[in-house]
Amino acid sequence: MPDWEPKIVTFLCNWCSYEAADLAGISRLQYPSNIRVIRVPCTGRMSPKFILAAFGKGADGVWVSGCHPGECHYIAGNYYARRKFSLFKSLIEYMGIEPGRLHFSWISAAEGAKFAEVAIKVIKTVKDLGPSKYFIKKINDRAA
Amino acid sequence: MLGYITKIRTISERLLKESRVDMVIGFRKGTVPMMNEPCIVKSPENVKELVWDSNCGINLANYLTNRKEKIAIIAKGCDSRNIVTHIIENKIKRDQMFIIGVPCKGMIDRHKIASMFEREIIEVVEEENKIIVRGNDSEKVFKKTEVLQENCAICVHRNPVIYDELVADLVEEQKDVDRYEDVRRIEAMQPEKKQDYFNNLLSACIRCYACRNACPLCYCPTCFVDESRPQWLGKSIDSVDIKTFHLLRAFHCAGRCTDCGACERACPMGINVRLFTKKLEKDCLELYGWEAGLSLKERPPLDTYRPDDPEDFIK
Ligand code: SF4
Ligand code: SF4
Ligand code: FES
Repeated sequence: MPDWEPKIVTFLCNWCSYEAADLAGISRLQYPSNIRVIRVPCTGRMSPKFILAAFGKGADGVWVSGCHPGECHYIAGNYYARRKFSLFKSLIEYMGIEPGRLHFSWISAAEGAKFAEVAIKVIKTVKDLGPSKYFIKKINDRAA
Repeated sequence: MLGYITKIRTISERLLKESRVDMVIGFRKGTVPMMNEPCIVKSPENVKELVWDSNCGINLANYLTNRKEKIAIIAKGCDSRNIVTHIIENKIKRDQMFIIGVPCKGMIDRHKIASMFEREIIEVVEEENKIIVRGNDSEKVFKKTEVLQENCAICVHRNPVIYDELVADLVEEQKDVDRYEDVRRIEAMQPEKKQDYFNNLLSACIRCYACRNACPLCYCPTCFVDESRPQWLGKSIDSVDIKTFHLLRAFHCAGRCTDCGACERACPMGINVRLFTKKLEKDCLELYGWEAGLSLKERPPLDTYRPDDPEDFIK
């Protein structure tokens, strides 16, 4: 599959990483176009269901990014999220998803450059793994 | 453990007679071997229904959720930890309950025993440390330790952690138990091996949700499996739907599961569903030093945080 390109569902916190993506754009920073951004109010809003739905419907990778610890708009949303993510990532990898498919980062609104950098890294890692097969539903809604 | 019955009945009778409680939640003999059923006794005359033996593997904390009455409940080690979890999650109040503590020596594994007989099992009789199983055409005698439920064999909290009265002296806790040998074995596999392993493990699942229903932790008004707008989880027995179900079911029990084994015991297909919850149990212990249901004062791990929680996986 020489021209296969991964799709990476990317959940960005409204107050920081989403702004950082904007800043990266305004600053004309280059990164490949494999990410599909979904804006969430806070990483604390993230439910494992979102991540599983993304994988189930065909995402090759999922990336979640929010405010640095101590800088969450809602004070502690990301501290709670961090524990959820730790356990979730560990469990889904235990069940066999490849370690490079699920990514997390803290990127503040001022870190446009970090956004582009992490995007490049995430995309490369997922691309190297190839298309996701294990958690994708074969008979999906559209086929029905 | 057989001697516990008299004491359980005496205590229950006294509590009901003195109107200290409105009901006693305990076990009565089931209609098929190795399956005692939960029962609610409301009058002192009926306490003779109550039994106790090695077939009381169901977790009685499951019957406490949102109850308003005054309740006496019979609790072995794991039930008591789920009672603690219920209290800290506001599902029942401590002062509503009279906890009759049972120091436990383990329950027997009905799946394991059934698998050693080709035909139906007619009767299972228990003598202290001996289990006599009669099938249609054969009889086998086991040492109880040979046929313990796996979670009981590796249990390190046999004694109730919270109780008002005990039915017997506390038993000695098992030491030097390796609780996570199976989890580590899976962790060490390559992703592809893990995928085969879990696809295979879950291939028999019929999505009856017996595992969920048996679990005292599963009390959401609308379970994620029933949500329809949006429908997060497909209803089919497609292997992805099944894996997603098991992943989420376990995840909802993260930091709360006591490894009581009720889910696994309930599964009609004999699937080792504890492999998922045990992984989370292990992680909660390693990352947050947490064991579920031991303390009324501490918040469960997903309801709290430390600023310096591990985060090497975050970029
Ligand atoms: S998940 Fe299973 S072992 Fe854990 S508390 Fe629920 S029924 Fe018990
Ligand atoms: S009880 Fe067994 S068959 Fe039923 S949903 Fe759970 S794992 Fe599947
Ligand atoms: S507001 Fe950005 S992580 Fe909470």
